[in-house]
Amino acid sequence: MGARGEMIVQAAGGAPGAEDLPLAVSMTGISKSFGGVRALDNVSLKIRRGEVHALLGGNGAGKSTILKVLNGVHRPDAGTIAVCGTELRDVTPEAARAAGIAMNFQELSLIPTLTVAQNVFLTREAKGGLGLIDDRVAERQAAELFAMLDVDVDPRALVGDLGSGQKQLTEIAKAISQDARVLVLDEPSTALAVSDVDRLFVFLRKLKARGVAIIYVSHRMDEIARISDRATILRDGRHVITAPLSDLPIDTMIEHIVGKRSKGLSDVARAAVHRGEALLELRNVSGRHKPQDITLTVHRGEVVGLAGLLGSGRSSLARVIAGIDPVRAGEIRINGKAVAIGKPADAIAAGIALVPEARATQGIIPAHSVASNMVLAVLDRMTRAGLIKGADVKSVADAQIQRLAIKTASRDHAVSTLSGGNQQKVVIGKWLATDPDLLVLDEPTAGIDIGSKSEIIRLVRDLAAAGKGIVFISSELSELLTACDRILVLSEARLFADLPREAFDDPAIPADDTAHRLQAAEQRLQIEIQEALKQGQKV
Amino acid sequence: MTTANPSLARSFHANWRQYIIYIGFAVIFVVFALTLTDKGFLNPNNLLNIVRQTAMIAVMAVAMTFVLSAGEIDLSVGAVAGLATVTVAMAIAVAGPVAGVAAGIATGLAVGMFNGWLTTRIGIPSFLTTLAMMGIAKGVAMWVSNTAAVPILSPGYSWLFGGGALIGVPVLLFWMLLFGAIGHVVLRRTGFGRRVLATGGGEMAARYSGIDTKAIKFRVLVLSSTAAAFAGMLYAGRLQSGRFQLGEGDELSVIAAAVLGGTSLFGGKGTIIGTIVGALMIGMINNGLILMGLEFSQQLIARGAIIILAVALSQKRS
Repeated sequence: MGARGEMIVQAAGGAPGAEDLPLAVSMTGISKSFGGVRALDNVSLKIRRGEVHALLGGNGAGKSTILKVLNGVHRPDAGTIAVCGTELRDVTPEAARAAGIAMNFQELSLIPTLTVAQNVFLTREAKGGLGLIDDRVAERQAAELFAMLDVDVDPRALVGDLGSGQKQLTEIAKAISQDARVLVLDEPSTALAVSDVDRLFVFLRKLKARGVAIIYVSHRMDEIARISDRATILRDGRHVITAPLSDLPIDTMIEHIVGKRSKGLSDVARAAVHRGEALLELRNVSGRHKPQDITLTVHRGEVVGLAGLLGSGRSSLARVIAGIDPVRAGEIRINGKAVAIGKPADAIAAGIALVPEARATQGIIPAHSVASNMVLAVLDRMTRAGLIKGADVKSVADAQIQRLAIKTASRDHAVSTLSGGNQQKVVIGKWLATDPDLLVLDEPTAGIDIGSKSEIIRLVRDLAAAGKGIVFISSELSELLTACDRILVLSEARLFADLPREAFDDPAIPADDTAHRLQAAEQRLQIEIQEALKQGQKV
Repeated sequence: MTTANPSLARSFHANWRQYIIYIGFAVIFVVFALTLTDKGFLNPNNLLNIVRQTAMIAVMAVAMTFVLSAGEIDLSVGAVAGLATVTVAMAIAVAGPVAGVAAGIATGLAVGMFNGWLTTRIGIPSFLTTLAMMGIAKGVAMWVSNTAAVPILSPGYSWLFGGGALIGVPVLLFWMLLFGAIGHVVLRRTGFGRRVLATGGGEMAARYSGIDTKAIKFRVLVLSSTAAAFAGMLYAGRLQSGRFQLGEGDELSVIAAAVLGGTSLFGGKGTIIGTIVGALMIGMINNGLILMGLEFSQQLIARGAIIILAVALSQKRS
């Protein structure tokens, strides 16, 4: 403990002399490809000691890839990594940890049934006489550590009894006690209440003063403006800019993040909407915690997008509509008639289908065949006199395989053998087989290749044209803007904006300059999301 | 053949573990046939004996295949079988064989519904529910019978549920085949079977697909206890009495039969044909070890070792 304290105090020389010391992190010329796709192209990332450095970029910009290179999960194709002046060769997760890099504070490293002190010193327990563990020593050491770091957590409390904010502070304190010199915080505020965010920031400033370098990843621009000293922005796997926050007002940041569209989805045609009668109506609907007091209408022939950050309540809303989470208040109407949706089967009977966000657990049964997965929601239609008709199963499976151009060796192959994009198509096929009126898609393009992405968006447009109603959730703004006729913005479980797609268009940009138009629209949507975030936190 | 069809050879090479139960069955059969011929292993009467000793395990293992496929487990089957022998014998003594059959089925339904209710409504894992039920069922059986054997004096019952034979074939074989055939069709070809496999293969995806996974788990546990009670009826018929010790320890052989046959302990994958062959294999091993003249202690060790070896070979390494 003593030596560790000295190390931290020594490094705490603070900002003035910091330039003389080697950089906390120096990644130079990092490139990384996955099967021919360039995820990182000659990217450099320099983090000083004692700074909070924001890492920004849209989905697929390369943020998580470069962080995984830093902590040894991915091996770079080219480039060098140095931590506090020492070059790391053959970075493995163990080597990165030994060099003082700590990340992934999502409460995963804490054991809820042990106390805070037991958790902090897990595998490094203080031994008393006879070589037995002495918890009181650990509690005293934890109390000293917390006092030094100004963390207000009781070392004797069970971790399971702590709130999210306290858990996070405990986890970070644990990392610091293990000599962490670089902290990577990936969306640390998502699960936190506003007051907990304030407490986290006080704590981070304390760590800064001790010379710890902090890499802060977030989509919440106002938070970034509050806590960061400098920022690095990535786009399409390339380094765009590294600058002090004083040179990066929020709209400039958004401009750099969105950038010029090189490849894109702008080629998906959006035919004029033939908005039919109201299909789904929610009146003041609330779930258990999320969503809160949602009123909205989805018409036939319409694609309605749900925009918002992680934790804004988009997926909860989808689950409530699909009968997976209970409705606690309000009314759901389908085709003008109030329906009681108490379980998934009720929603299916009402013509609702949900393509859920977690494909591997909620969408497919990985070890079962494509055909078995495809008929799972329509089993009752496949049976005659209680027996499953093999011919019916085949024809349903083959029809969807053909319609969605699913690449599989055969309908009898396990879904787990398919690529991510094709697995997702199996999930979509399973739901199209129910012939739903309303299709809710929750992040349908997450983790799939660009080809499948455009196919899915085209499919969504076709389904709307055929008179279905679609609710489309995505974190990729360009995708929302290409697929949707109307975009709703959620924040803190509530609905804050309901805007037609045209509202995002800039009339000053000529209609044929599609790339430029989409870029401008994306900036406007980003601003709407940040605005909703501010309003949401006030409520 | 292999040179003519390389893809078939490759597919076999990739999937041989799936067929290990059949290979193992054949290998053990040949070994016993070669080494134990002079002790009468191949004697038709001995082979039928294997069937007689296997039928109860097989009946329970068919239902256990459903339980395991749904991602649950039932440790109470042996004790429930023992309890059913007692309730059947007592009911026959009081009100005749028809009442005896009704009492046996009712015993299974009651225990199964209780297991299912505790597991799906109260939320106690089936491992614990049925472990506790194992003790309760045995205790009730000892209590109501005063730990004494209850004789069955109905020749008709004993013929139909145990000792009888049709054209030289024991009725136990017919019962085993009947359960196997129905179980196979239900698991492979009905909506219920699909829902069972889906529940065990990915409970969340099944729930999202509109399957009432709790109801499925409830039903497989009822099915299992009822099959166990039926196995108890077969024990009672064969031994013409009800005793609480009958079926004791069968849960291990039953689970081993299903797992040997290729059913996953983690759910989502199960085959009734494999289970039946697994049960026959366990019966054959028991029989062979007895013919070899091993002592009971040695039999236990040898049987355990063979089962571990077979299961280890059938596991896919990742």
